[in-house]
Amino acid sequence: MLEVKDLNVFYGAIHAIKGISIKVNDGELVSLVGANGAGKTTILHTISGLLPAATGEILLDGQNLQKMQANKIINLGLAHVPEGRHVFARLTVEENLRMGAYILKDQKKISENLEMVYAHFPRLRERYKQLAGTLSGGEQQMLATGRALMTNPKMLLMDEPSMGLSPILVKEIFAIIQELHESGITILLVEQNAKMALAISDRAYVLETGTIAMEGSAKALSEDDRVRKAYLGA
Amino acid sequence: MKKRTGKGYIINTAVIAVIIVAFAFIKSAFGGNEQFRLIIVPSLWQCCYLIILAASLNLILGFLGQLSLGHCGFMAIGAYAAALISLAFQRAGVFTEKAGPAFVLVLIGCILAAGILAALVGLLVGIPALRLKGDYLAIITLGFGMIIVNIINNIPFAGQEGLSLGSASASLYKNGLGFGTASKVTYLWVALIVTLICLTMMFMFIRSKYGRAIKAIRDDEIAASASGINTSYYKIFTFTFSAFFAGIAGALYACANATLSTSSFAFTNGGILNSTFIVVMVVLGGMGSLTGSVVSAIVMFFVNYQIKNGLWVKSLPGFLGGIFAYPMLVYAIILIAVIMFRPRGIFGTYEFSLLNFVRDIKEHRAKKALQKAGNKEAKSND
Repeated sequence: MLEVKDLNVFYGAIHAIKGISIKVNDGELVSLVGANGAGKTTILHTISGLLPAATGEILLDGQNLQKMQANKIINLGLAHVPEGRHVFARLTVEENLRMGAYILKDQKKISENLEMVYAHFPRLRERYKQLAGTLSGGEQQMLATGRALMTNPKMLLMDEPSMGLSPILVKEIFAIIQELHESGITILLVEQNAKMALAISDRAYVLETGTIAMEGSAKALSEDDRVRKAYLGA
Repeated sequence: MKKRTGKGYIINTAVIAVIIVAFAFIKSAFGGNEQFRLIIVPSLWQCCYLIILAASLNLILGFLGQLSLGHCGFMAIGAYAAALISLAFQRAGVFTEKAGPAFVLVLIGCILAAGILAALVGLLVGIPALRLKGDYLAIITLGFGMIIVNIINNIPFAGQEGLSLGSASASLYKNGLGFGTASKVTYLWVALIVTLICLTMMFMFIRSKYGRAIKAIRDDEIAASASGINTSYYKIFTFTFSAFFAGIAGALYACANATLSTSSFAFTNGGILNSTFIVVMVVLGGMGSLTGSVVSAIVMFFVNYQIKNGLWVKSLPGFLGGIFAYPMLVYAIILIAVIMFRPRGIFGTYEFSLLNFVRDIKEHRAKKALQKAGNKEAKSND
């Protein structure tokens, strides 16, 4: 479904992503794990058009995304859940979700998707009138995820969904990710919490300062000695 | 939901009709009154263009969340455009006196043309400027305001000396749009209706899909972009839309004044028309509340009027009187006080709506009562 070939990204003079290739097949849950500054978020931002790539190819179902604007990419069924719970703080929960369906014209479809999101996240239904800025961290993460689901995407890019959440909430969020995966959505997950990410993923890439250090099935990686030592704290 | 909006339209239209009728009645009753003609009518003209200015800047400052300090530049463009076009029509002989249907048509055409020209310049400035954010955008718009004033200064037929003395030769007051006392009373309805139409357009804008989109951009640009909103398009659109209304405010200003001079739009101008003053109006009223802008435009007009004409200012002791000799100082103090004690402004993001007014008051009372009960409980627990 998604194929990134030989991607290079620069921040000014800094060579942040050094020739990375990633592949995500239909219906797969693939994680990118790695330490701070490895370039995980940069890759996601480049895929969804928020950052320009210097060289390389990004193909979604064979279509090149590289020269496309961020707001056009979502039309192709690729939704991005940004890092750090980017919600519209001064809009209500429901308004936030409706903003997610911004590109849809069909009111009926929007209400259907709203129902679908509320079914995934009953907590959001309870608070539909509340301002998003007053939600708890976990609820904001749910809202950001729900908002991305409002367009019925084929594929989700999720950036650090566990960031700043309590262990119980992290479990809850990961359960939801798994649920979404099982419902047939292809997911590319970026996570610092390598243990949890590897536990639910099909495959994974380990990133180290802009290059791929290792790749393989999540099970094999979580049993690999180097990975265990560096990322799983064992 | 649909039914409610329908009901809202009916109520609002009815109230506006009642206001217009009441106004016509007041005018016929007090039309001959000296005070009405010399003080109240000019004040109403000023309030009209200040309201449009404050509300239009609020679109950028409060709803889009970008700081623009060059709003007076657009107003200057509108004022000069309207004045020069009206002079051209007068020379072409379309109208000879400030009456009759031909003049009304020219008047309305001038106001529209002023808005459109300001919007075009807004578009040209907005495309490069809105690539920047925050402080940088503030600086570039500030510079733009100064550039506009300088350009107008150096246009031969506009001129530094103002339209009355420049090579446009004919005085704006005598031949163009500039209204004397009598025509200000006659054409007050134009100012009021233009203001009402502008406010209605802005209200509809912020309640539309466009309004939701720019509020989303204000709250979180990355998330807005990720939701499929074309952020640069909406930013430039809002900037242009806002400049359009600033241009219209400028046209009203040209009507209300006998002469135009660029110094009244300059950033250093200590009077009512500089971009800082408009920013103070928006912040005082509440960034993100058009209702607030309307109210605070009237309040700030009143403050300005009192500083300039109030007898009590003259009777103040030396030190305080000294402060009031510099109106800008007073506005700065007001701005600091608002930021310190009520950063949300008077209204925050509250919008007045006739339909919900009673309900809102009830809710507010209930909230207050709840708070009071809470306080009492806390005390009795001590």
